[in-house]
Amino acid sequence: MTTDRQNVIEVKNLVKKFGNFIANDHLTFEVKQGEIFGFLGANGAGKTTAIKILCGLQSPTSGEIKVAGFDVYHQTNLIKRNIGYMSQKFSLYEDLTVSQNFEFYGGIYGLTRKQIKERTAYFLKKLEITHVAGKILKEIPLGWKQKLAFSVAILHHPKIVFLDEPTGGVDPVTRRQFWEMIYEAANDGITVFVTTHYMDEAEYCERVSIMVDGRIEALDTPAGLKQKFGVNSMNEVFIRLARAQSAEQ
Amino acid sequence: MRTILYILQKEFRQIFREKAMLVIIVVIPMFQLLILSFTATFEIKNTNIAILDHDHSVESRRLISKFDGSPFFTIDSFYESYDQGVEALKSGKTHQLLIIQPNFESDLQRDGKGKVMLITDAINGSAASIMNAYAHAILFDFNRQMLIDQYPNLNLNDPIQITVSNWYNPRLNYITYMVPGILVLLVTIIGMFLSGMNVVKEKELGTIEQINVTPIKKYQFIIGKLLPFWIIAMFEFSLGLFLARFVFGVPMLGSLALQLGTVSVYLIVVLAFGLFVSTVTDTMQQAMFISWFFMVIFILMSGLFTPVESMPDWAQTVNKINPIAYFIQINRMIMLKGSVFSDFTRQFYSLVVYAVLMLSLSVWRYRKVA
Repeated sequence: MTTDRQNVIEVKNLVKKFGNFIANDHLTFEVKQGEIFGFLGANGAGKTTAIKILCGLQSPTSGEIKVAGFDVYHQTNLIKRNIGYMSQKFSLYEDLTVSQNFEFYGGIYGLTRKQIKERTAYFLKKLEITHVAGKILKEIPLGWKQKLAFSVAILHHPKIVFLDEPTGGVDPVTRRQFWEMIYEAANDGITVFVTTHYMDEAEYCERVSIMVDGRIEALDTPAGLKQKFGVNSMNEVFIRLARAQSAEQ
Repeated sequence: MRTILYILQKEFRQIFREKAMLVIIVVIPMFQLLILSFTATFEIKNTNIAILDHDHSVESRRLISKFDGSPFFTIDSFYESYDQGVEALKSGKTHQLLIIQPNFESDLQRDGKGKVMLITDAINGSAASIMNAYAHAILFDFNRQMLIDQYPNLNLNDPIQITVSNWYNPRLNYITYMVPGILVLLVTIIGMFLSGMNVVKEKELGTIEQINVTPIKKYQFIIGKLLPFWIIAMFEFSLGLFLARFVFGVPMLGSLALQLGTVSVYLIVVLAFGLFVSTVTDTMQQAMFISWFFMVIFILMSGLFTPVESMPDWAQTVNKINPIAYFIQINRMIMLKGSVFSDFTRQFYSLVVYAVLMLSLSVWRYRKVA
């Protein structure tokens, strides 16, 4: 990993409380440009809250957070211009056609008609689904839809794309293709911030952080983490951390 | 601006993707306008009256023939016993029962006093008073005729001559009164439900999450969401006006531009109301129930069927927040009286305040939710 790459996400002491419940407890981390950053944690560990804060959907209770160089307290609209987001729930319009979805999101991000046309054609060709461009989303299979959602999320070539469990419910072949797309995006300079439950996917990330109960318990490269815990797979790393947590309780 | 255009394009594509929407938006409301306008009437025609003649005299027959000759009454049957007559009232077969006492004729001739009794089915109070008024008119006429017959030289001229002239609806046509009101209802229902359902649908499907991470600004989103339904409702209102004019022959005395101008403000109130409902609910079902709750109250209190002025004071106070009441009044004034802007400035500015208030409320709520 080169050190001259810029930080595109800088988080210092991010705290988010809902009443007495602390969802995010002093999170501190950085993500570099073009990096594939895995954001792991058990269900309810506070991942989604953190992502929502980074995307400008919720405001933090305290902490210094900069995304794409902008402050999450006052510059959420500038942040939104520079990020892409793919939620764990499929959220493109099922009653519009493939190309109408591209057109809508392209238009919203301020692409010109020509750019929209070119990029739509590019993605359709890459996904090999040019033949269904005129079909409404309802009628196409889930695997294609997930890849489509990712394409829409990076249609405007954002600095960062947030993927919230992008491969849930998708077959292994499609997952593999999905990760190829992620690598390609990273090669193009798009930073990828991804949460997942699949530990084999964690291995594909450059660095991963593991959240337990609102805190980041580990943050390193997959190799580094495995070495630190003296195990052979990310799966075991995760189980160790989770088990330590339940022993405490 | 470009962003708004893209939102509009998307909304229209979604609205017209389903063929059923065209039917919902155009055919159903026009159908309702046609049906409701012909049927929602308080006019009393063809009152069935049953006769219980205990006298069977020349005079009693003369009285009966007066009722028979009236276009308002249909003599439905003659009964011999009181019980039979009451049974007919109970079963709803007849609406009124005219009982002519025995010795009607001889009492008249001897004492100058004959007795008849009129029993009216008064379940519907206002209908009953109209039936009574008609029956009284016939009996009054009969009395007068008898006086003239007995005292040919009596001067029966009333000291005050009354001439009634019915302005703004000279033929007392109920359709003329109802159509402008029902038209308001239809665009209200379409506007409120479509706009309300639309946003909450995006919430339910989760698509709003994707919208919220884009740089769309609140005002762009709200304009993009409301404008399509504003356009649809305006189109529908115009179509309804066309039907009102050429199918129902309702006069349009006021300025068309003024009418379209006021409806355009009114629709903002309605659409913003729907939008507000959708920001405080999570599912289409909840939104439907809340919208319906307000709609029923607003409609029943709007003065569509019964005059607002005769409602109790508290109801009239509540009506200050009833947009439908304001606009039904304005719409009737413009169409039937040819009123100009200065005639309804108070109502109009109330609607403007309402529009601003509802829009701000829904923008504020939407911000909190997002």
